[in-house]
Amino acid sequence: MKRVILIDDEPLARSLVREYLQNYPLIEVVQECNDGFEGLKAINEYQPDLVFLDIQMPKITGFEMLELLENPPSVIFATAFDQYAIKAFDAHAIDYLLKPFSQERFNKAVDKWLGQTDTAQTKHNTQALLAEMAVANERQDRIVVKIGNKIRIIPTQDIYYLEADTDYVKIHTPEGAFLKNKTMQYFEEAMDPKNFVRVHRSYIVQIRQITRIEPYEKDAHVAVLRSGAQIPVSRSGYAKLKQVLGL
Amino acid sequence: MANYLFSHRKYLFILGGFVLVSSAMQAALLYWFGLDANTALIDGIITNVTLAFTGWLLSNNLHYYRPEQARYLYLAVWCFLLAVFWLAFTQWFVPVVLQAEAGYRSFFVKSLPVRFSIAFLVLGWVAMLSVLWYNQQEQKESLKRQADAEKLAREAELFKLRQQLQPHFLFNSLNSISALIGSRPQEARKMVHQLSDFLRSTLKKEDHQWVSFSEELQHLELYLEIEKVRFGHRLATVIQQEEACGELMLPPMLLQPIVENAIKFGLYDTTEGVIISLQAKREANYLKIQVSNPFDAQTAQPKRGTGFGLAGIQRRLFLLFARTDLLSTATDNSLFITTIKIPQI
Repeated sequence: MKRVILIDDEPLARSLVREYLQNYPLIEVVQECNDGFEGLKAINEYQPDLVFLDIQMPKITGFEMLELLENPPSVIFATAFDQYAIKAFDAHAIDYLLKPFSQERFNKAVDKWLGQTDTAQTKHNTQALLAEMAVANERQDRIVVKIGNKIRIIPTQDIYYLEADTDYVKIHTPEGAFLKNKTMQYFEEAMDPKNFVRVHRSYIVQIRQITRIEPYEKDAHVAVLRSGAQIPVSRSGYAKLKQVLGL
Repeated sequence: MANYLFSHRKYLFILGGFVLVSSAMQAALLYWFGLDANTALIDGIITNVTLAFTGWLLSNNLHYYRPEQARYLYLAVWCFLLAVFWLAFTQWFVPVVLQAEAGYRSFFVKSLPVRFSIAFLVLGWVAMLSVLWYNQQEQKESLKRQADAEKLAREAELFKLRQQLQPHFLFNSLNSISALIGSRPQEARKMVHQLSDFLRSTLKKEDHQWVSFSEELQHLELYLEIEKVRFGHRLATVIQQEEACGELMLPPMLLQPIVENAIKFGLYDTTEGVIISLQAKREANYLKIQVSNPFDAQTAQPKRGTGFGLAGIQRRLFLLFARTDLLSTATDNSLFITTIKIPQI
């Protein structure tokens, strides 16, 4: 028996998938979810074999939800038209259903998934897709993090700076620091380069938070933030800062 | 605007070449007439360099001011005056440099008409060339501006079309219908009709024809009914209006984007049930409409408040009434309130 979770904010959209699934007696819908929060809880609880996922949903998008999972399951996206996303899906061989979709198209997607034996590969594809979507997402105006069971949405304008911390990146905000399981390079690419500058191998600073930049020993500088924090600035980081500030 | 004719290398070379060639020619001619080589050469160089400088000044001035078409007499007068000034200057300056005796001076005076004619012709030629060149440049620029404006207009038109069709809304609604067909065919049929009515009235709308508030409300209700089918119990709406409002007029497609924005904002920013409320009343000579939706103050970005939907409305109101104070937004606890005022003409 394969276990499936449906995540979509429209009840009718979920009932359609459920109806189409009646042709697959060996697939069982273990939970339906209205949004990404419920989805996260259900996925952690049931560890499903497959998730049908909408993208535009309340609070956090389908992509943001997947990002928060340490071990994302196989996913078939079901979404209304979105040209960019479709290219990305194709590129990473992940199946998607364009609403409204037919039973035949639906069967094809499910059969393809059932035929895939290499789950490691499909998971790798999902990771690659997420990375691409995050970078391509122009509206990188928030970062979603998970603290224990709670989910926090941090608007990027609230961020003081990002600090490398072994396998994580520490996000410093007025309400404390949060960890996100990503690389510095990921953030360097995903954040607006006009506002966020990598001033050091281990630091990305939000320009608006800098109050002054002082020389520090020879060759190096230190940026003093509004919060009082002092961030080391390397030589190449200083050059980048000067360029962004137009000095 | 620092694009001078004589800042282009090609034309500077032409000017330089002119100075060289005509200096040499004049020197040779003067030598032929019996002046000594040194005097001939210095006379040639000074007269031609100063003439070139005068032409350069004239051309640069034409960058800022050019006589209107068919008033080229002004230009001729300018050239004439400049030629006279130039002549007076050289008549004083060349003998000073050469510390010349009376013989040379009288020769200079005798040659004045020739010198003048040549200067007048050269300056006239520079003036014509500059006017043509600057006019052509201006034409190129205005063509480019025109092309840009047309491109913008086309893009706006396309955007409007896409906006009207609202593919996201349309495809999701079709998907809901597809789901209803299996389980509740009667409701599916009803939704097909609602969607058709909505699309028809969207397409029927004309850009310039104002509509009455009650008409606009009917259109809005079609839209809301469909959204309620899609989102089930999560979406509820409350509409309150003073009786006198039905007759008041407003531009088409103004109210719906505001309500859409409120629904999107409400539905995607919270996970609970959402109440969208709309209040309409008459205030002095205005139709005042308030739309409110819940939002999450912790995560909502201030900039989303004037997000694309509302920026478009602001722009339209400005184009219609040349005022920027007709749209305002406010937050009240967890309510986001959008207010528009439509002047009644």
